[in-house]
Amino acid sequence: MNLVYLRYELLRTVRNRRFFIFSLAFPLVFFYLIASPNKGQELGGIPFVTYYLAGMASFGTMMAMISTGGRISAERQAGWNRQLRLTPLTPRQYFRAKVATGYLMAAITLALLFVAGLTLGVHLEVGRVVQMAGLVAVGLIPFAALGIFVGHMFHPDSLGPVLGGGVSILAFLGGAWSPVGGTHGFMHDVSLATPTYWLVQAGHVLVGEQAWTGTGWLVIGSWTAVLAVLAARAYQRDTKRV
Amino acid sequence: MTITESAVSTAGISLRGLTKSFGAVHAVDGVDLVVAPGETVALLGPNGAGKSTTIDMILGLNKPDSGDVRVFGMTPEQAVQRGAIGAMLQTGELIRDLTVRELLAMMASLYPNPARVDDVVDVTGIADIVERRTNKLSGGQTQRVRAAIALISNPDLLVLDEPTVAMDVEGRHLFWNSVRRIAASGKTILFATHYLEEADTYADRIVLMARGRIVADGPATEIKATVGLRTIRATLPGVDTDSLLMLDGVKTAERRGEAIVLHCSDSDAAIRALLPAYPAASDIEIAGAGLEQAFLMLTGDRDGAEVTTEELS
Repeated sequence: MNLVYLRYELLRTVRNRRFFIFSLAFPLVFFYLIASPNKGQELGGIPFVTYYLAGMASFGTMMAMISTGGRISAERQAGWNRQLRLTPLTPRQYFRAKVATGYLMAAITLALLFVAGLTLGVHLEVGRVVQMAGLVAVGLIPFAALGIFVGHMFHPDSLGPVLGGGVSILAFLGGAWSPVGGTHGFMHDVSLATPTYWLVQAGHVLVGEQAWTGTGWLVIGSWTAVLAVLAARAYQRDTKRV
Repeated sequence: MTITESAVSTAGISLRGLTKSFGAVHAVDGVDLVVAPGETVALLGPNGAGKSTTIDMILGLNKPDSGDVRVFGMTPEQAVQRGAIGAMLQTGELIRDLTVRELLAMMASLYPNPARVDDVVDVTGIADIVERRTNKLSGGQTQRVRAAIALISNPDLLVLDEPTVAMDVEGRHLFWNSVRRIAASGKTILFATHYLEEADTYADRIVLMARGRIVADGPATEIKATVGLRTIRATLPGVDTDSLLMLDGVKTAERRGEAIVLHCSDSDAAIRALLPAYPAASDIEIAGAGLEQAFLMLTGDRDGAEVTTEELS
């Protein structure tokens, strides 16, 4: 493990102020905008603010993770990817550092949302918070691979629409904004097959829903396996001048 | 050219029968080259000559279609793993949000036996900007930091692909001074350029490339004499080119309507011979021939102008 390399990679992420502040502010602002007018309301016996906190935690951490793709794409455009090929940096080290920056952003996002929740009077049980954070961390793995994959596949110019569109579809199908397809039927099955669904489920542990079923682990595991292979392949191929 | 096995294992760079095509374009079309350790060699040629493609293959960024690349007897991949190759690619920016010192430390951490950051800073002359963020540097400063990155592995071979393209005169001067210091420390240096002056001033040896092939290879002075041609243009009706060819220092003569164009190996001698023989000559211009023209002469390639098309990617 190359800690020096990792340290600078993290430092670089935090120092990119526009990216850093904007990515962290987005879920927070969203949360306050929607949760505070509905303070005191309930949704299926659960305080609205708590429910929305859980939803935003999934969406915000997912965005934090995928945004790795934007940084990779920008680095490729700068030709940095080719520079790194002239070093003994292994793909494993490279991925590890990229995933670590994604998790750093996701962890800060989550922490800020919890603090925001407390300011709106959300009651947080330590046990549930820990369980949720753990599941979210696992649920983010496929999105880490997705970020690296798209970062190596797309030019910064086209990455915006690809990420915006792709994430919206995944978020919609996974029910990040509102439940999709009720509790049965085709759309429900489709929803269950998205990694977003299980990330949202992980968030809902906070509001007392059950943790993942076997299906959840299987879906997350499968997406991880497929996307990790795609990401590795995209990285390996990517030695051309961009 | 035949290259013996012992030459391969002791050579800094050894290329044998290297080819690489992109679609129908033969970017590199049978290149053989041996560079001895400690040599500074210029790869000279116009855009599209195959310089960058050759360099990419030496660095392992591109696989040859056929042929063999060795760097100090190793494959490019092995050489990169050991930190034996440092390179400054033709295009490339620095990643942002780190100071120059931090970026160098980050890159140094990847290598088994890196150079000291301070030593690299000294030799590339970037001590004054070492605490500055990489996104706050001028073009010339960025290039010198990129050179520092190329040196951070403490490589035996330094490869520079048109390093001064984006630099002003002052920047070029500073940059090549650094390269001189690096060369003096015994490293093998291969640099690509399309400036004859750069190749002549800074290289021990010039390898001339055109259309994916090596068309000349020798000491800088020798190559300069071959390609450093000058052109005399004058208005001079009624004289046939054969008689003009008889003049001292003239290699080829052409007629373009009223005007004549003489390609000269020694333009001083030619003009001294031309004026007494043909006092009617007027509108005289003497110009350094572009490299493209020199290549035309060397390769005897009538449609050589295509050589100037953009560098292949």
